[in-house]
Amino acid sequence: MDQPSTSGFHEKARVMDAEAIRRAIVRIAHEILERQKGTADLALVGIRTRGALLAQRLAKELEVIDRHPVPVGVLDITLYRDDLSRIAPNPIVHATEIPFDVTDLRLILVDDVLFTGRTIRAALNALNDLGRPRTIQLAVLVDRGHRELPIRADYVGKNIPTNLQERIDVRLNELDETEAVVLEAHEVAPPDAPRASRARNGENA
Amino acid sequence: MALTAAGPATQALQWTKKDLLGLRELSAEEIRLVLQTAESFREISLRPIKKVPALRGKTVVNLFFEPSTRTRTSFELAGKRLSADIVNIATQSSSLSKGETVLDTIRNLEALKVDILVIRHAAAGVPHLIARHATSSVINAGDGAHEHPTQALLDLFTIQEKKGRIEGLNVSIIGDIAHSRVARSGIWGLTKLGARVTVCAPPTLLPTQIEQLGVRVTYQVEEAIRGADVLMLLRIQHERQEAMLVPSLREYRLRYGLDRERLAHAKPDVLIMHPGPVNRGVELDSSVADGPFSVILDQVTNGLAVRMAVLYLVCGAPKVDEGEA
Repeated sequence: MDQPSTSGFHEKARVMDAEAIRRAIVRIAHEILERQKGTADLALVGIRTRGALLAQRLAKELEVIDRHPVPVGVLDITLYRDDLSRIAPNPIVHATEIPFDVTDLRLILVDDVLFTGRTIRAALNALNDLGRPRTIQLAVLVDRGHRELPIRADYVGKNIPTNLQERIDVRLNELDETEAVVLEAHEVAPPDAPRASRARNGENA
Repeated sequence: MALTAAGPATQALQWTKKDLLGLRELSAEEIRLVLQTAESFREISLRPIKKVPALRGKTVVNLFFEPSTRTRTSFELAGKRLSADIVNIATQSSSLSKGETVLDTIRNLEALKVDILVIRHAAAGVPHLIARHATSSVINAGDGAHEHPTQALLDLFTIQEKKGRIEGLNVSIIGDIAHSRVARSGIWGLTKLGARVTVCAPPTLLPTQIEQLGVRVTYQVEEAIRGADVLMLLRIQHERQEAMLVPSLREYRLRYGLDRERLAHAKPDVLIMHPGPVNRGVELDSSVADGPFSVILDQVTNGLAVRMAVLYLVCGAPKVDEGEA
């Protein structure tokens, strides 16, 4: 999820630039307000690391449009991963910081890339342990397909068809000092199993 | 809203040790990794549902050859909050009292496919011996007067929490240094993270050549108190009284006990710490133990988060290909 470009991958296409990312967030904010009919009882929960940054941007946008602050929390799903006992060393755990009670709120879960759906599964379980939200919807900047679980997004910045050997790299100013969504491919497209390439992606889900 | 959304993105170090035996063999970076991980775990115990599934299906054995309530309970709750299964074995009720050797006990436990052994023993080095023979992870919960790594880690965590740093602080450890595994682990950890450590005790309770660990030595408690940012008091162990290392507990209190009067020499923002159990009115007066500078109960709370972090980290260490066992 938060792995920078490593060797073996090269940029194949720049699918979103800074302006496209900005417009996508503004549009999603409007869609949320339309579907949720305002910001009452609404809260955003971003998945570490880039989902959390996007959630903060989305909250800012919602406040500009609706003139009400929307609470934002940060969720670390590490302890809920389904592959913890299969990977070593264990990934670094960061804190979950949700400074409000999620019970009875209408939550929007925010992440950068929707891929297998496993991260979202983990996030749903984590939220469940924090309380009982009235509803949970999902907003993502990019949906790249290849779901392995019955999960879908309610708000999508951009659908990007990919194959399993490719990866999507979301770069945000706050972390990466650049702003883009990049489609990357292997230097030499490997004929082998997609699972291996996914592990290398760090896209745990 | 001060959310640290980005978090430390550049975290290169990962935990690769199967066991946690002592702070002596940890690097400063490894110690910081434990503290950072514990920081993330702290919030879990504040939730209405105090449980995460991280160690689901793992089995932790608390194997205590010495009585303990605080440490054992802390490890037990830490494991439970991570969804591990915990088995407590007190040696009084085990086959060890029927003559089984320690290593046979371990072999039997490993035959039951356990994942982590938390071990306390009155003899120094027993957890190390076990770690060499076991394929499961071993956590030292106190061995003789040698090391008590999780206590030192929770002390470091508490200092970091209250002071915002450890480097450059003056920490005085006062009490029975000679018999204290807490002191030894504390000295390793504090000096590695850049604190200046002073130890203070009657000469009979100070090991010779303790300066070689990089600490300052004083026999004058006022000198240890003056200028200290942290005062760590250690228990005077009644059971050592037979050896006549101090003339009497009353005498010890008069010369070394921390009361309100002595505390007046301390910095205005001093922290008072104690690993427990406290002998009120001996090394520490109630007025100080319950006073505004005391963080003794914060230590207990933080101990839980630290032990959760340690269980999580050792459990995730890369497995070596079947050791000897």
